[in-house]
Amino acid sequence: MTVIRPYGDTTGDGMVQTSFTLPMPPGPRAEGAALQLAGKMGIHPAMVVHSHGIGEGFTFFVVYGSVTHLVDTDEVEVEERAYPLLSPTEVNGAIKTRLHRKLVVMGACIGTDAHTVGIDAILNLKGFAGEKGLEYYREIDVANLGAQVTVPELVTRARAAKADAVLVSQVVTQKDAHLRNTRELAGAFREAMGETRPLLVVGGPRFDPAMARDLGVDKVFGRGTTPGEVASYLVSALLPEEIAA
Amino acid sequence: MSARLTLDPALVTRARALAEQAAQPVIDLATRHTTVSVERAVLRLAGLEGTDPVTGEGEIPWVNRVVDVVREQVGLEHGVALPVWHAIASGAAGSLQEIAEQVGAGTARFAVPAGGEEERAREAALAAVGAGLGRVDAARRRREELVATHGDPPRRPWIYLIVATGDIFEDIPQAQAAARAGADVIAVIRSTGQSLLDYVPEGATRTGYAGTYATQENFRLMRAALDEVSAELGRYVRLTNYASGLCMPEIAALAGLERLDMMLNDAMYGILFRDINPIRTFVDQRFSRMVHARAGIIINTGEDNYLTTADAVDEAHTVTVSQLLNERFAREAGLEDWQLGLGHAFEINPAVPASFRLELAHAMLARSLFPDAPLKWMPPTKHMTGDVFGGYLLDGFFNLAGMLTDQSILLVGMMTEAVVTPWLSDRDLALRNVRYVLDAAAGLGEDFAPPPGGFLDTRAHTVLGEAVELLERITADGLLPSIAQGTFGITKRPADRGKGLDGVVVKAPGHLDPATELMETALKDTVR
Repeated sequence: MTVIRPYGDTTGDGMVQTSFTLPMPPGPRAEGAALQLAGKMGIHPAMVVHSHGIGEGFTFFVVYGSVTHLVDTDEVEVEERAYPLLSPTEVNGAIKTRLHRKLVVMGACIGTDAHTVGIDAILNLKGFAGEKGLEYYREIDVANLGAQVTVPELVTRARAAKADAVLVSQVVTQKDAHLRNTRELAGAFREAMGETRPLLVVGGPRFDPAMARDLGVDKVFGRGTTPGEVASYLVSALLPEEIAA
Repeated sequence: MSARLTLDPALVTRARALAEQAAQPVIDLATRHTTVSVERAVLRLAGLEGTDPVTGEGEIPWVNRVVDVVREQVGLEHGVALPVWHAIASGAAGSLQEIAEQVGAGTARFAVPAGGEEERAREAALAAVGAGLGRVDAARRRREELVATHGDPPRRPWIYLIVATGDIFEDIPQAQAAARAGADVIAVIRSTGQSLLDYVPEGATRTGYAGTYATQENFRLMRAALDEVSAELGRYVRLTNYASGLCMPEIAALAGLERLDMMLNDAMYGILFRDINPIRTFVDQRFSRMVHARAGIIINTGEDNYLTTADAVDEAHTVTVSQLLNERFAREAGLEDWQLGLGHAFEINPAVPASFRLELAHAMLARSLFPDAPLKWMPPTKHMTGDVFGGYLLDGFFNLAGMLTDQSILLVGMMTEAVVTPWLSDRDLALRNVRYVLDAAAGLGEDFAPPPGGFLDTRAHTVLGEAVELLERITADGLLPSIAQGTFGITKRPADRGKGLDGVVVKAPGHLDPATELMETALKDTVR
């Protein structure tokens, strides 16, 4: 069977429940408006089982009903991320079993950029978007060098610390400074360390994630990236599962 | 009456004695140092406002420019006050504003005065900063008048709601709507990253990210809006912001001047969660707490944060240890028990057997250990998974535990925690949940007396015992080395690392910080 409908208590009944708020005071007109919306959502017949006013001029509704839409399971397409999203426990476990030592990550803001918001969101324990930063991961050893670090200094520190990965965030984009700085970074690491250079990861609100190759780095993260995505990427790039076997 | 445990008095005395012992070396350290932010707060209290239109993009406040130039020319070890008021007293500049203009023009020449000139500069500085503290005192009196006029919330716990749009002019109607819907306390979350800015932005701001910048003007606008709604509702609605990060002392001063009512202000949060240098934090902490004490502000400490990173059962005693340390640092700075909003949270994994009983035990321990403190009770976040129905139930149990154990300030939990920033309907449903529990369970505490030796009593004593053991280790090793070794949370924070270290200066003999001097003198007079 490839066509299915939502299940309430009988196969094929199509029952769903939903809730929403409309910017209208409560009353019969508001309930009518809710039913109109439910109908346009494909819920037919729909029942407004509950409504109440919120503040002045808003009404909250709970609606039950049968959707007329059908789901064709053959047509389901799932976008696969290039790497699986791992929980902190899974990241720690992967490092422990595949690397047998802590993963060393160094972060910095390079050039004249003093905006450490990006790198701090990824590295600080506090984290970002409800996710803890990389400092939270027991198996990741984090060094955050902060703002206005020069590229040569970053290369020296990364080499001394035997960093597995270097994370750089760039906010200032005046005259494409973020692109220039990133190319300088890639060039410096290539020159100093060649094949043995650490994984290079850059991020910032104005970067295009498709530019990694062009910039000479391994990965580019754009706006809204969370610490968990970065940690998951580091595991997939540095510790692919095949090596563990 | 509320449910209390009878804690072993010897264990309680030991815990407080150890906390005092652990805190003392850090208090001594704090009194030996000053920071750029403390010095800037002195200038703010003396009334220096505005930004340098030329440096940066016109964002850099004059207080930063003046402190930086004094530091370049004569160092900060004597403080900013002596060189600045020497310049004024000697006639080189007519006012603080003129000093700022000279700094802007590059013509300011500072010197550390000696002898009679030093005495003259000292007197002038104490008078100028004293006038600023007078404004803080006036704000405190005004709050007391307004509370007398409008009244406090009719019952405890006070209901605490968060607003965070990034735009102060959006925040204002939202905050007023939240107050009308039942909030007793409004907290305006700060913009992401403000804690790591080494200056306080200026003016009314509309461009914060995931929060709104803390500025003097934003404070003033929001307090005025809440005064309006307080009069309408017949209950004084309190305003909260964050005295944390690199500008903690300055934000505290602005909060005192603009009559904020509560401030998030934790002794160790910045060190552990923001990687701010430990010495910088403790110096800034002491100053900011003295300002809060003076201003009649209730502080909220951040123990709930430990439990978001560590296990809420295994690490429950670190919360108690931090509460005891926060209490000690606060009392030393002159805060009274009614100002200590010590934090804790409902963060035990609901899959753990008897998780609710464990929560009750921890909440009752805090209530019984700090009987006169307005404890701040924080809702579940870690185990809010996106299952909004399960989350709504969990928030109901959180509310019940808060009611039953007589918590004082209840941060309202949202069932959409970790899903979206709260919608209008989320906030409304959350308040309905709180109101139902407070009405349904009102007075339940008087029927609830956990027996000595029972599960709750035993668990509370176990946690208190573990807290005493940890405090013994901390006093033996020293608080700073303990922080360096990763005793709190799971991060290691050595005293010679972290952000803001370059803003820490060892005081020279004869250092003058007129604000601290005046506040300390007033405290001693009160004690006498």
